[in-house]
Amino acid sequence: MTEPLLDIRGLKTHFKTDDGMVRAVDGVDIAIGRGETVGVVGESGCGKTVTAMTVMKLIAMPPGEIVEGEILWQGRDIVKMSPDEMRKIRSKEIGIIFQEPMTSLNPVYTVGDQIAEVVRLHEGLSRREATDRAIEMLRLVNIPTPERRVKDYPHQFSGGMRQRVMIAMALSCNPQLLIADEPTTALDVTIQAQILDLLAEMRERLGMAIMLITHDMGVVAETTHRVVVMYAGRVVEEATVDRLFGDPKHPYTQGLIRSIPRIDTAAEKKERLEAIGGVVPSLLHPPPGCRFAARCRFATDKCTEAMPPLRDVAPGHKVACVLYDA
Amino acid sequence: MSQYLIRRILIALPSLLGISLVLFTVLALAPGDPFGELAQNPAVPPEVAASLREKFGMDDPIWERYVKWLTQMLQGNWGFSFVSRVDVDVLIMQRLPTTLIVIGSSQILALLVALPVGVYAAVRPYSLFDQIATTLAFIGFSLPTFFTGLMLILIFSITLDWLPFVYQSNVEATGLAFYWEHFKQSIMPVSVLGLFQAGVLTRFVRSAVLDVVRLDFVTTARAKGLRERAVIVKHIVRNAMIPVVTLVALQMPAVFGGAVVTEQIFRVPGIGSLLIAAILANDTPVIMAVTFVFACLVILFNLIADLLYGWLDPRISYR
Repeated sequence: MTEPLLDIRGLKTHFKTDDGMVRAVDGVDIAIGRGETVGVVGESGCGKTVTAMTVMKLIAMPPGEIVEGEILWQGRDIVKMSPDEMRKIRSKEIGIIFQEPMTSLNPVYTVGDQIAEVVRLHEGLSRREATDRAIEMLRLVNIPTPERRVKDYPHQFSGGMRQRVMIAMALSCNPQLLIADEPTTALDVTIQAQILDLLAEMRERLGMAIMLITHDMGVVAETTHRVVVMYAGRVVEEATVDRLFGDPKHPYTQGLIRSIPRIDTAAEKKERLEAIGGVVPSLLHPPPGCRFAARCRFATDKCTEAMPPLRDVAPGHKVACVLYDA
Repeated sequence: MSQYLIRRILIALPSLLGISLVLFTVLALAPGDPFGELAQNPAVPPEVAASLREKFGMDDPIWERYVKWLTQMLQGNWGFSFVSRVDVDVLIMQRLPTTLIVIGSSQILALLVALPVGVYAAVRPYSLFDQIATTLAFIGFSLPTFFTGLMLILIFSITLDWLPFVYQSNVEATGLAFYWEHFKQSIMPVSVLGLFQAGVLTRFVRSAVLDVVRLDFVTTARAKGLRERAVIVKHIVRNAMIPVVTLVALQMPAVFGGAVVTEQIFRVPGIGSLLIAAILANDTPVIMAVTFVFACLVILFNLIADLLYGWLDPRISYR
């Protein structure tokens, strides 16, 4: 494999609270190649968003702190970068879109101004050129009559349209990576599909890589090449989409896949959806050993002894579970 | 926009009418009238007093007197002071500029202090700077102006003898010295009013900014690669200003009230001291006119606030 575009190695992002250190991200490895779409899945609070925000260095520090690890962006370590160096990467090289399109845009500026702000900043365009670019970007994300809409304010757009504006903004400087942090969670199902299609279309046309963070296994199956499954601040499994859905190794991944409602079998078998019992462990005092052990039906004494490392079980398929120890 | 403005002015008219009606009735019902003294004055024969009362319609029904006052006023005749015999509009025009300058400068001072301090405190919440700023702001708006005013007089006029403690409208100087004298005598009243307002505003600006700081679009702004300074000024402060503008406008009646007290302390010959003097002398036409001018100013500032509000927040449309 050639050098990945983004290579997160052993990343630990902790938060200082009154009760102690919350280990939100506690040793995460994710690599994303050029033009690749990687899904990061896991339930709420597993550290997906914190990982993404750490890559952009958008974590408030304090209380946040990058305790360990490196984030190699085209070979340079983002963790060590100065705020000035980091600013040149944001939006220029890595774009990001968020979960809440309703609140992610500034209500007092026109969408055109907000897109133009990015290109003026990074490409030094004049006001006119920047507005032209904003119109072009709005057209690219399929907003009708962009020449008119460019002068509208965010409140004049619907949720799905606002997410399109966010995508236009994030892609306006043609970044090599787009981080999409649950981009469809706040939207209704038909709009979700449109936004996912749009992301796929953009990737094809502009060729950037996408890090798609979601808790929706369906979204992952449809749009990504490779999937990283996170649990309680750690990566538990990583594989191509086909392998992950066809032959999930980690008991947590197996549980996640079994919990997906299936329209084809549910009707005839009338089975109850399978849920994973128990709750996510506290990230304040995570248990020693495998963090999923307490909820795992295959758990043995070995599981609670030491944290199982992420290791290859097949080419391109990694899992962190003692069941697959040779 | 201009249509909105016209409609707002049209709405303001009935409220002004209502205010004037209430003011007039309360004043008419209040015990004592400008001719009360004449009745006790042995030098004035009772017939003269009675004919004076009749001439000014003092014993007519209130509604009749109100209608008379209103029609006169609409024609530009505001009546004359029973005490000094000077036309009321002349009196007010003599005093109003002084009050507006003192209040205007003190509001500007308050904003100049409150905006940077409040914003800086909010972007570093619970820092040492924030703690000191909030404590000082708390002290600032807890101390009444009549107390801080007297303190300043005691320190700067009496002990140090740096500043005059009586405000004079007829400064005997020309050129630069004239402005210097005016500046010197304005320092204390403006600081007392301004710093009190700054205390109120600082706390408000701080909390308004704190409300905006945690919103998603601030993260978006940072993700664009903007400098922190640009994020604060362009994205945070711009949004935090919307509630601040409302507060500043809604504070205007309180500011005028505070100005009345401050003008008394520093003997500023403004409209506030005119009002106090008129009340003490039962000088009804002056009281009526001054309170009415206050009412107009308050309504005017509310209108300005609404316009600013719509300018700051595109989500508000003038309909």
